[in-house]
Amino acid sequence: MNAPNQSGWKPAMELSEDGMHNGPATTTGNRALMLEEPLLFEIGRVDVTGVDLPAIDPAAPTRLGGLARSEPIGLVGLTEPETVRHYTRLSRQNYGIDLGFFPLGSCTMKHNPRLNEKMARLPGFADIHPLAPQSTVQGALEVIHQLGGWLCTLTGMPAVAMSPKAGAHGELCGILAIRAAHEARGDAREVVLVPESAHGTNPATAAFANYRVEDIPATPEGRVDVAALKARLGPDVAAVMITNPNTCGLFEKDFREIADAVHAVGGYVYCDGANFNAIVGKVRPGDLGVDAMHINLHKTFSTPHGGGGPGSGPVVLSEALAPYAPLPFVRKDDAGTFYLVEEEDREERGPTFGRMTAFHGQMGMFTRALTYMLSHGADGLKQVAEDAVLNANYILRAMEDILHAPFAASGPCMHEALFGDKDFGGGLSTLDVAKGLIDEGYHPMTVYFPLVVHGAMLVEPTETESKAAIDQFVTAFRAVVERALAGDEALKQAPYYAPRRRLDETGAARKPKLAYEG
Amino acid sequence: MRYLPLTDTDRQAMLATIGAATVDDLFVDVPEVARLDGPIHGLPMHASEMAVERHMKALAAKNLVAGEVPFFLGAGAYRHHVPASVDTIIQRGEFLTAYTPYQPEIAQGTLQVLFEFQTQVARLYGCAVANASLYDGSTACWEAVAMATRVTKRKRAVLSGALHPHYAQVVKTMAHFTGDTIADAMPAITAEPDLDGLIARIDEDTACVVVQYPDILGRISDLTPVAEAAHAKGALLVVVNTEPVALGAIKSPGEMGADIVVGEGQSLGVGLQFGGPYLGLFAVRDPKHVRQMPGRLCGETTDAEGKRAFVLTLSTREQHIRREKATSNICTNSGLCALAFTVHMTLLGEKGLRELAADNHRLACLAADRLAKVPGVEVLNNSFFNEFTLMLGGKPAREIVRDLADRGVLGGVSLGRLYPGVEALEHALLVAVTETTTEEDIERLAQELEASIKETV
Repeated sequence: MNAPNQSGWKPAMELSEDGMHNGPATTTGNRALMLEEPLLFEIGRVDVTGVDLPAIDPAAPTRLGGLARSEPIGLVGLTEPETVRHYTRLSRQNYGIDLGFFPLGSCTMKHNPRLNEKMARLPGFADIHPLAPQSTVQGALEVIHQLGGWLCTLTGMPAVAMSPKAGAHGELCGILAIRAAHEARGDAREVVLVPESAHGTNPATAAFANYRVEDIPATPEGRVDVAALKARLGPDVAAVMITNPNTCGLFEKDFREIADAVHAVGGYVYCDGANFNAIVGKVRPGDLGVDAMHINLHKTFSTPHGGGGPGSGPVVLSEALAPYAPLPFVRKDDAGTFYLVEEEDREERGPTFGRMTAFHGQMGMFTRALTYMLSHGADGLKQVAEDAVLNANYILRAMEDILHAPFAASGPCMHEALFGDKDFGGGLSTLDVAKGLIDEGYHPMTVYFPLVVHGAMLVEPTETESKAAIDQFVTAFRAVVERALAGDEALKQAPYYAPRRRLDETGAARKPKLAYEG
Repeated sequence: MRYLPLTDTDRQAMLATIGAATVDDLFVDVPEVARLDGPIHGLPMHASEMAVERHMKALAAKNLVAGEVPFFLGAGAYRHHVPASVDTIIQRGEFLTAYTPYQPEIAQGTLQVLFEFQTQVARLYGCAVANASLYDGSTACWEAVAMATRVTKRKRAVLSGALHPHYAQVVKTMAHFTGDTIADAMPAITAEPDLDGLIARIDEDTACVVVQYPDILGRISDLTPVAEAAHAKGALLVVVNTEPVALGAIKSPGEMGADIVVGEGQSLGVGLQFGGPYLGLFAVRDPKHVRQMPGRLCGETTDAEGKRAFVLTLSTREQHIRREKATSNICTNSGLCALAFTVHMTLLGEKGLRELAADNHRLACLAADRLAKVPGVEVLNNSFFNEFTLMLGGKPAREIVRDLADRGVLGGVSLGRLYPGVEALEHALLVAVTETTTEEDIERLAQELEASIKETV
């Protein structure tokens, strides 16, 4: 949690001409604990290493086919103390959940339990090879089997594909299964329907699988326009991709009706399960007519986001799509032995659409997610969803009197609360509010997404925040919003206190500099 | 419920603020038929840290740990020593619990690491620009093919027969749906790869030719003629590398004219982990191709005070901006694995990577010489780095591998496992040797292999 600041200290709002704190410049450019750090290539040396290895014997015979490297690679090294310091100093320029409240909507930045880390590092999981004889990795196969089984139980679905490497890869898995199922009955369909509020990965995935993407409009209440959807359905529609709960933070209450209508015209229903954390233990997507849904283990099941991955995106599948699941997958025989079904097992593998990745998926994430599930259990997982939804509604109601909440009248939200930038003064925008929150010590919410709300601000507190932490956030959020409503010019220059001020992003794209030169 | 800070008093107070009587009132939009009452059946109840640890340790104990036996498996995943400080760094909460750096002012740590990572990968591959990572080598391989079809506006890819078969399968799976044509082949069991045959398959419709280096059998060959032949037909050369340590000893793909270089980065910093998470590397030799690249790119810029800073850039290629017109659907990539790679590579440096590569090669040469003395065994390769192919004199390699495991030796990957049902390949065994292999391990493999061959029909 962000502990309340009881020291009474507040930074002065008056800034010197250069926008800095008042105070003398330092020789180093550092400001006490705010430390600048050069690039590796400015401090590393070609002849330095932090690993003790045997010296190269230049006379040793080689069998490198005459292709021994003669030119320098261009790498530099540091000793261990220098390496640890370099990356530790860099780490301190990052915001993480461990530091404070991180309400990034749709991304589910919840606490990452450290037991998960410890278990994933057990040599029995971390130090085994994907192609080791199956008799020597029975425990690993059992982890995949057990986790997959529990994902089926939680979603009420009959089958699961475990190999997708992240959410978007899971979407691809589901869409390829849908295409394969249509192809199997000689039914070439061309269109996938996607709501405007969808994650960008949805249309990108459908397009990658060679479908034409068409938008489904939303109602003023922030849900799929069922009438418009039904009007568009026909024999050319392969599937709909609907996020539920959706990215406006609302449950699609007509999901079953939509699913039935899609099935009636021979289409399939893909559910983007990025927001499954809101309903785990409360609703089973299988009861809503879903044919395929990916589950982000790095969202619902607390595996760390790591500054951009790795994720893991298992996909649960309906009876209709299960035969097309990708290879390999794990089965258990009557004697209790676990085994992999691969390309060679012609009868058992079924009409699979093929292989999506070299090996069996994100084992390191499976062990973390299974550890988390065991920790929470059936009772705890349900509590997770309830607390996540409770925290989000608390924020929605604490803000709606001063911040435009376009769907607040639609009823309770699920795990995230959506706001817009209406009535901001002085040309101030959502971006300015986000940067103002950085100065207050928070990671901003998701901004400008979903696209259906002007200047969207999507706030997802998750269940791992205390009431005190949320109360303090609300106080800070309200203060920044009030400044935006009042047209406070100073907000346009925020953040003032972060390791960097606003960046020249246009310049970065106009003349891309993507590697160190020198 | 050690991960849930709300107390019942908090919950009641919050419900009162919201104006709801019970938490179920917040789920009112969920149709009643779909609502679950009571705990989910089929899952255990919550458990203490100690109890969970016991359960997970019991599962882990059912696996044979690579580090506890003589170990020779490779074929796209290699066991290297990872310095202790790598894991210490990646477990810092500021890295571990950060998100994709969408707010650059408070994500300079991740962003500067990505810039260093991109520079290291580009230089290792002999390229101009590398991206901020993809899922793994196999998916990076498909992304390279997809990019080549965009650049050349052609729809046919030629795969070398000596490309990792799982990589080839991933490419074929995807191409089936995109409508691209994949010309693949089986590997020829020969001392030298058949590059002339590969070149002969390149035609005017070819978008790219995909070659692994070192190849699936461990062979190393000069790809310059393939690059020239591809370029002469207007095609791109995609080079796949599954063992980045090799590039500390042999020429970079970029030096030989590769246009796109992709690979698996798992060898450095990441570990075996039963196949994932791994680290997809992706680079291009010519900067003009940057705007067709998939995935995130980190670039240098300045902030409002003129200080150097880093930011995700050229996002107009990506799904969150371009949606159905994006160059890839990838969002989350392998950020933390990229950090592990970067820290490991920083510890090694130019000097350490070259020494590590030399040590791998030295031990592999020792192993090849010793194993060649096992009656009935021949080393196929003329050239190799740290992995080579053994011919087992007509004995089935798959059974030998299983038998070796029963004898407490993880002896390699049989081609029978990688190419099931292909008779011509079932007597070949891939053996990988790294700095973690001891001379005693090699001797033990030689002796057990000799015994196993004698006893296997």
